[in-house]
Amino acid sequence: MARATYPVSPERAVPFYKTRRFNTLIHDIVVYSLLIGLSILFLFPFYWMVSTALKAEHNVFVWPPQWIPDPVMWSNFKDALSNPQLPFPLFFRNTMILEIGIITGRLISCTLIAYGFARLEAPGKNILFAILLATLMLPGAVTQIPRFILFNKIGWVNSFLPLIVPTWFGEAYAIFLMRQFFMTIPRELEEAARMDGANLLQILTKVIVPLSWPVLTVVLILSFKDIWNEFFNPLLYLNDLTKYPVAVGLAYFNGQFRVQMSLLMAASVVVMLPLVIVFFIAQKAFVEGISLTGMAGR
Amino acid sequence: MATVTSQTVAAKPKSRGSLARREAILFWVCVAPWVIGFILFTLGPMLYSLYISFTDWNILTAPEWVGFQNYVRIFTQDPDFVQSLKVTGTYAIFSIPLSLITALFLAILLNEATKGVSVFRTTFYLPTIVSAVAAAVLWQWIFNPRFGPINGLLGLFGIQGPGWFSDPKFALWGLIIMSSWSVGGQMLIFLAGLKGIPRILYEAAEIDGAGRPARFWKITLPMLSPTIFFNLVLAVIGAFQTFDTAYVISTARAGTIGGPVKSTLFYMLNLYDLAFAKQRMGYATALAWILFLIIFVLTMITLRSSALWVYNEAERK
Repeated sequence: MARATYPVSPERAVPFYKTRRFNTLIHDIVVYSLLIGLSILFLFPFYWMVSTALKAEHNVFVWPPQWIPDPVMWSNFKDALSNPQLPFPLFFRNTMILEIGIITGRLISCTLIAYGFARLEAPGKNILFAILLATLMLPGAVTQIPRFILFNKIGWVNSFLPLIVPTWFGEAYAIFLMRQFFMTIPRELEEAARMDGANLLQILTKVIVPLSWPVLTVVLILSFKDIWNEFFNPLLYLNDLTKYPVAVGLAYFNGQFRVQMSLLMAASVVVMLPLVIVFFIAQKAFVEGISLTGMAGR
Repeated sequence: MATVTSQTVAAKPKSRGSLARREAILFWVCVAPWVIGFILFTLGPMLYSLYISFTDWNILTAPEWVGFQNYVRIFTQDPDFVQSLKVTGTYAIFSIPLSLITALFLAILLNEATKGVSVFRTTFYLPTIVSAVAAAVLWQWIFNPRFGPINGLLGLFGIQGPGWFSDPKFALWGLIIMSSWSVGGQMLIFLAGLKGIPRILYEAAEIDGAGRPARFWKITLPMLSPTIFFNLVLAVIGAFQTFDTAYVISTARAGTIGGPVKSTLFYMLNLYDLAFAKQRMGYATALAWILFLIIFVLTMITLRSSALWVYNEAERK
């Protein structure tokens, strides 16, 4: 009798539109059409950019738009990059100088600092770590002006030094990520190394670093992206066109009178492309980095 | 015998103490770079900026002490300050809910899908890796009044689209719409949050006959509230520091900062203009401290209010 009230009736007794299979089908159709529709919407700006970049200038300003460029002007890329007034090859070189200078410093200093916070005990450590986390919330505006004055006084303005040197003193977010990771490494490994008479430097390079590639990659990739996109500080500190990194160079191009839209879009494509390639190669690192941040907030 | 034991007892704490001291020294060696950097580039500048906010200073001549004059002027006779607050506030009020809802919606869709999740996730995340500068350049062209696809789409419905970034009434709205394009980071954080909700809750609700909407309002949203909260705090802090996009769009084609007619004069744009174009360092640092207080107060309000709407499992028990 109890069985009769329990709603497990034979499949064929219920009409198809009430079955579970039908429900999942509808659910999947709705989910996937929304996903596909939204993907098109999110990708459309990229398509608009690339198609404009490949058009002849007189085909750019027409309505209805030319959806597929005809003729396809690959030469736009060459024209955008070889304008002597806008030395894009130099912009790329400058960005790479910043990338190498900042990332090397950040990885070395943050590994050392994070190890201290993860493994070593000392009075005042907790207060220090709280201050470190508090700096994450500090708006840059409060320190930007005096920093500028400081670098101006020592004659570093219009050089890469104000952009690179401070990063050699660690960066709170990277320190936090690394510390969380180092804490999961079993202590026994270091103790064994210490028994063998290894010093701090040897423990770091022989034990910690080889085990920490996942977190080092996350820091590396996220730093690469941030430095590539950095705008405010280079804008503030660099005055010569020849010292601009790509983001500032692109903004400068955008600010010119009578800019050719097809060339501007071609330049945008070239500026975005390296990041997009890095992103596809190292997608996992991006996703992990963000998820780690999210976990930190929970 | 007795002397030997007392010796070992006495030796132990001593060696442990020196060991602890050695460890402490090692700790300070490790964190020294950060401590030095913190003093040089954060604490020092903060104290110094507090001082110069009470001065009148153009970098070239010596700073002149003026007491509270900068602060008084900001609050009583600075129309740009009022305008920048209005612009930044409007942007925050509209762009934060818009981007949070977009991010949450995308995350829920990704969480519901079974196949091809990584492809869609990549697609929605892609705009986030693009620099604000490149995005601004691109969206100017999308919002082009005559040849841009947005006004073209509006035209299909017989609506004459506005001039967007060249129209003081619409420039800020262009930036707000744009902000919902790069929500990939928030989306991933939401997705991580959704994955953390125990499946058993949904199964139990389903047996009790709860429909999809009930499950969303009664399980997903409360269980996700800490994540929503985290994203909200970051979004508030971010919105008040908006700079790159607004700078690139308003200064394009030799326009003015925060143009047209100061309709996109964000707080940071006003500050940048005063400090680095007009060299009014004292006045601009006073503005920076006010921004710091605004962000601090807003963050505190969000933190306090979280008790009202963030679900806390530990508290319930």
